[in-house]
Amino acid sequence: MSTEQRLDQLRDEAYGKGVVAGRGVDVAGGPIPRKPGYYGEPVVRPPVWTWEVPLYFFFGGIAGMSAVIALASGFHHVDLARTAMWVAVIAGAVISPILLIMDLGRPHLFLNMLRVFKHRSAMSMGAWILSAFGAFAVPGLIALELHARQIFPGTPDQLLRIAAGIFTFGAAIFGTLLATYTGVLIGATAIPAWFLHRTLLPIHFGTAGLGSAAAILELVGHRIAALNFLGYYAAAVETALLVWLNVNKHGAADRAIHQHGTGWIIRIGEILNGPLALVLRFFGFIPWAAISFLAGSLVSRVGWIAVGKVSGSDPESVFAAERY
Amino acid sequence: MIGEGIQSTNQRRHSYVQDRVEVGFFTDPSVCIGCKACEVACKEWNEVPDDGFTWSGNSYDNTGHLGASTWRHVMFVEQDRQKGNQIVGSTNGEDPFRWVFLSDVCKHCEEAGCLEACPTGSIVRTEVGSVLVQHDVCNGCGYCVVSCPFGVIDRRPSPLPDHGGAFKCTFCYDRQKSGLVPACAKVCPTESIVFGRLDDLRAHAHERVQHLKENGYADARLYDPTETSVRGIHAFFLLLGEPEAYGLPPKPQVPTIYLKTAWISAFATAIASIIATLAAFAFFS
Repeated sequence: MSTEQRLDQLRDEAYGKGVVAGRGVDVAGGPIPRKPGYYGEPVVRPPVWTWEVPLYFFFGGIAGMSAVIALASGFHHVDLARTAMWVAVIAGAVISPILLIMDLGRPHLFLNMLRVFKHRSAMSMGAWILSAFGAFAVPGLIALELHARQIFPGTPDQLLRIAAGIFTFGAAIFGTLLATYTGVLIGATAIPAWFLHRTLLPIHFGTAGLGSAAAILELVGHRIAALNFLGYYAAAVETALLVWLNVNKHGAADRAIHQHGTGWIIRIGEILNGPLALVLRFFGFIPWAAISFLAGSLVSRVGWIAVGKVSGSDPESVFAAERY
Repeated sequence: MIGEGIQSTNQRRHSYVQDRVEVGFFTDPSVCIGCKACEVACKEWNEVPDDGFTWSGNSYDNTGHLGASTWRHVMFVEQDRQKGNQIVGSTNGEDPFRWVFLSDVCKHCEEAGCLEACPTGSIVRTEVGSVLVQHDVCNGCGYCVVSCPFGVIDRRPSPLPDHGGAFKCTFCYDRQKSGLVPACAKVCPTESIVFGRLDDLRAHAHERVQHLKENGYADARLYDPTETSVRGIHAFFLLLGEPEAYGLPPKPQVPTIYLKTAWISAFATAIASIIATLAAFAFFS
């Protein structure tokens, strides 16, 4: 659109601001740079991760904490334990590895993840935790199913019962780490909005995993008081984290959370799995509380990755974060 | 070293790899002429692919930043202050202005975030103390990208050659093994990039800062974050003015320092979740 008005408008802009930016002529450096840092270029690199990663955080959390529920419910609710182990295996030993491999730049080299063991790399620890979880959860489910269906009666069945217990225990231990390590993964990076919240992130991811596992089990028909209690517990913790996140501000350093649209994704997620899930559960709308919690924990994980992209691209955040 | 011309360490053959001597780059913007020979030499020698071209409008810099396909990057910094004791303008009242060029490169940190983060062991430290990505091992997980406090390493996007893997400066490890100097240092016409033994370079850099300060460059300084958790870098810089203007973090930290609090939080959450679940089934069954 080139009219005389447009030219007048440009002249006004040039007179008023001393610089005119346009498509292809973003003269940040004319004559003196007006953008922070080096022409506003990112100081650290934003994450290259795509949609697979938040989805993996979501399913990994569900899988890990399902194994914990399977362990705790094994004594009195065998049916619930079986369902929980199915959820753990499908989400943790099938969906999670597929998502993780899809996210790699070179998926055919995924086995290189198990080439070394580095306790100082959360990514390496995660690869080993996921592998160990699968190695316990899959035989645990097989043993539990064989036991529950009484395929081999007599002494073998007793052994299967013991094996199911041992494998479920292992899956539960690695499951809690599978649900929480993802918070360490993004908390121990150079991205300001992430490392400034490295204490909150594992609590959020782990508790969202526990609540989501309980929610899925409720949705498939296990309406028992124990799962209802876990729903209350997880939603209460998430409500507290929502408050903490909004109190624990770091100015420009984590403004991706407080001043950007990406922050709203996290907040909407936290409202869905925090206060809203709590209120719905209090008034007895259990399936709706479960759905709200699941949606919230998925949305907030998408939000945390989105926040990382904004924060990593913002040079002022990196400079400001050095005060903390 | 400076002024020695082709007698300098930049042109001499060496055996640093065989002798396991720590080496480095010292990059000095006060003598850089912004010719971009280092950028071109790096791209050509290492066969780094063409990653497209856009006009940035940012001074004479259309490269933008270091990345998977940019391992040397000449910055063109414009500032509203005087460069040393230069005479500003022909008449009084003219605004001071300076144009500083700096060739940015991977810092080859003493405590390297990318190396610590790499889950495949693809990123290693070489005999000369540089940080090297073994491209045939990297599976492109992208964790090094967010672990570099300088935003150097990046994953190469499709459809460029070898896409999907992480790439950065190799410190011309292939050349160094054969006793040759890295390509960028070799071609630098003013020896703004100096390659040599780390100890010699550090001493030289301190002398150079002192020399510039005595000659009116009041804001000359050395950028080598030895006081932070990065514990110093093997490719350090002389800066005129604040590091922020060059897109360099004043106090870079290696992200592994955040691991302790994050893992404590994770373990606490793990234990709390087990207790809550056991309690739920103990009291409500």
